[in-house]
Amino acid sequence: MQLRQIDSYRWEIPMTGSMRVPGIVYASADMLKGSDQKEPLKQVANVATLPGIIKASLAMPDMHWGYGFPIGGVAAFDWQTGVVSPGGVGYDINCGVRLAATDLVEKDVRPKLESLVNALFQNIPSGVGSQGSLKLSVPEEKKVLRDGSRWALRQGLGEDGDVEHTEDGGCLPDADPELVSARALERGQRQLGTLGAGNHFLEVGLVEEIFDPHVAGAFGLFQGQVTLMLHCGSRGFGYQVCDDFLASMTKHVQKLGLQLPDRQLACAMIQSEMGSRYLRAMACAANYAWANRQILLHRSREVFQRVFGLGPRDLRMRLVYDVCHNIAKKEEHIIDGKKRTVCVHRKGATRSFPPGHPALNEGYRTVGQPVIIPGDMGTASYVLVGTEKALADTFGSTCHGAGRVLSRKAAKKASKGRSINRELEDKGILVRWTGRGTLAEEMPDAYKDVSEVVAVVHGAGISRKVAKLRPIAVVKG
Amino acid sequence: MKYRIIDHTADVGLHVFGTDPSEVFATAARAMFDIMVSPESVHAVQSLSLQVEGADWPDLMVNWLRELLYLWSGRGLLVHSVDILDIGAQRITADVAVDSYDPARHALGSEIKAVTYHQITVKRKLTGWEARIIFDL
Repeated sequence: MQLRQIDSYRWEIPMTGSMRVPGIVYASADMLKGSDQKEPLKQVANVATLPGIIKASLAMPDMHWGYGFPIGGVAAFDWQTGVVSPGGVGYDINCGVRLAATDLVEKDVRPKLESLVNALFQNIPSGVGSQGSLKLSVPEEKKVLRDGSRWALRQGLGEDGDVEHTEDGGCLPDADPELVSARALERGQRQLGTLGAGNHFLEVGLVEEIFDPHVAGAFGLFQGQVTLMLHCGSRGFGYQVCDDFLASMTKHVQKLGLQLPDRQLACAMIQSEMGSRYLRAMACAANYAWANRQILLHRSREVFQRVFGLGPRDLRMRLVYDVCHNIAKKEEHIIDGKKRTVCVHRKGATRSFPPGHPALNEGYRTVGQPVIIPGDMGTASYVLVGTEKALADTFGSTCHGAGRVLSRKAAKKASKGRSINRELEDKGILVRWTGRGTLAEEMPDAYKDVSEVVAVVHGAGISRKVAKLRPIAVVKG
Repeated sequence: MKYRIIDHTADVGLHVFGTDPSEVFATAARAMFDIMVSPESVHAVQSLSLQVEGADWPDLMVNWLRELLYLWSGRGLLVHSVDILDIGAQRITADVAVDSYDPARHALGSEIKAVTYHQITVKRKLTGWEARIIFDL
C-alpha cells in the first residue's frame, strides 16, 4: 500500500477505489516497517469506504489488526447521512481504564505488598468465566443498564466524586434495556463485578516521573505516589450485544445492497431503526462496563483499607479518571469551520478533550481531560492530557495502549524456558494470575513499547504527557 | 480430524479441511473447543438438538459456531462431539453431545470470546471443502 508522509508523525493513505476519504495514520517511520502493518493499513482504507465518513479514516500509533475496523481506529460519521458499525466499536463495548490515586507512597506499601496482591487476587473475581458474588435479577440488571456507575453508587459501592471523574458521568443516556437479547441479559446477570481474562488487569503502581507538574497537581498526582489502575469492560454482556447486532446487520446490509469490503464492517444508517437500536443497546453495554469498573474500584478500596488498617478517610483513594476506549458516541465537532453532529467511533482509542470542553467536569475544565494509557505489565503506563489539536485533527481522540506485537502463540514460544513471574519479581513486580497461559501470553515482550506510542501522540500534539507510572503489583485474569 | 490453527497477532483462527460440508462443519466445531479445553477431559454427558440458519455457507458457519459457543458462554457447557443430521447452505441440523464445565476436571486454555466474520471463507476446492474462521480471544 502506498503511504505518503505528511509530517514526522502522520502518514496518508491516498484515496483509491471506493474510498470516500483518505486514511491518516499516526506513527513513527519505524512503526510502519513491520510486515504486520499490511493488514491494519488495509483496514484503515476499508473503513474509508463507509457511507457518511467525514474527513479521514484515522489510526492511532498503537494500531493493530482488528475485525473490520483496525484496533486503534477512529472514524466519525455524519449524524444524518452516516452509518454506525458494531465492528467500529468492538466486541468488548466500553472496554476502558480507570486510575485511582492514594496518599500512600512506596515505603508504606512495599512491606505489605505480598499481602496486598494476594488479597486483591482473592477478592476481585478474575479469570475465564469468572462470576461475581452477586447475581442480579433481570429487573435489577436493567437498572444497571440504564444508570451505569450511578447504580453502583446507589448500592453504596462508591464515593462522591467517582461519577464526576468518569467519562460521561459513567452513564450514556438513551440506553434501552428492552433492546438487548435474553442471551445478553443472561450473560450479564452473573458477571458484574468481575475482571475477566485475557488482557484485563488490575495494577498497583507508583508515579515514577512527572512531566507537567501543573496538570499533574490538578489530577491529584505526585511523584512516588501509589496508584491503582483497572482495565476491563462489559464482559459477556457487551460481547453478546455486539454479536447479536453483527448478525442482524449483516442481513440488513444485504437488504440495503451495500457493497462492503469485509462482512465484519456490517453497519446501519444512524437514522434508521436498526442504527438507533444498536446505539441504544450499545449504551446499555457501556453502562454495564462503567458499573463494573465502579464495583471493582470499590472492592479494591476495601482491600487496601483491610491490608493497611486504614479507614476510608485515611486511605483517600480517589478516582483520577475513567476513560472508555471501545465506543461510538454522538458528539459535536467543528468540521471546515462549521459545527456538525457526528458519531465518533473509537475502537482502541481514547477520548482526548482539551481544557474548556463542556463535557469535562468542573475540576478538570481548566486543564483538560485525563487520558490513561496502560502499557504492558512489566514496563510503564502513562497519564496524558487532552488537547485542542486532538479536537481539531482527530475528533478529540488519541491512542489507548501499547498494542500487541507477538501473537499469543509466539509469546508462549518466546517465553519457553523462562519464568516470566520470576523475571517480573526481579524487577520488583509481584504478579498473580488465573489462566494457564495468561502470563506467557501477556508477557512484556508481547507488546509494543508504550513509551514509543506515547512519544508519537505527544509529538503529534493529540495529547500531552503528564506523568509516567511503573507497576509494582499486577493481578491478571 | 483435519485442521490447522492460524496464528494471528491478537487472536487465533482455524483452517479446516473435509471431504464435504458436513465434515468441515463438524471438525470446525470440535476444533473450536479443542482450543479452549483438552478434548480428552470432555465427556458426552448430555445431548442437545440444534438447528441453525444462515444466508450462505460462510454465514451459516459463523452462526453455527456462535450457537455452539453460546452453549459455553451462556450455559457453561463444553462440546464433546457433534452429529450432523442434515446440512445445506442455509441450514444445519445436528445433535450435540456436551459436558458441564467442572473446574476440577476441565483445565481451560484460551477462551474464545467470539466468532468473527473477519476473512471468513467456506469453499469447495478441487480436493474437497475448506473453511477459515477467525476467533476473538
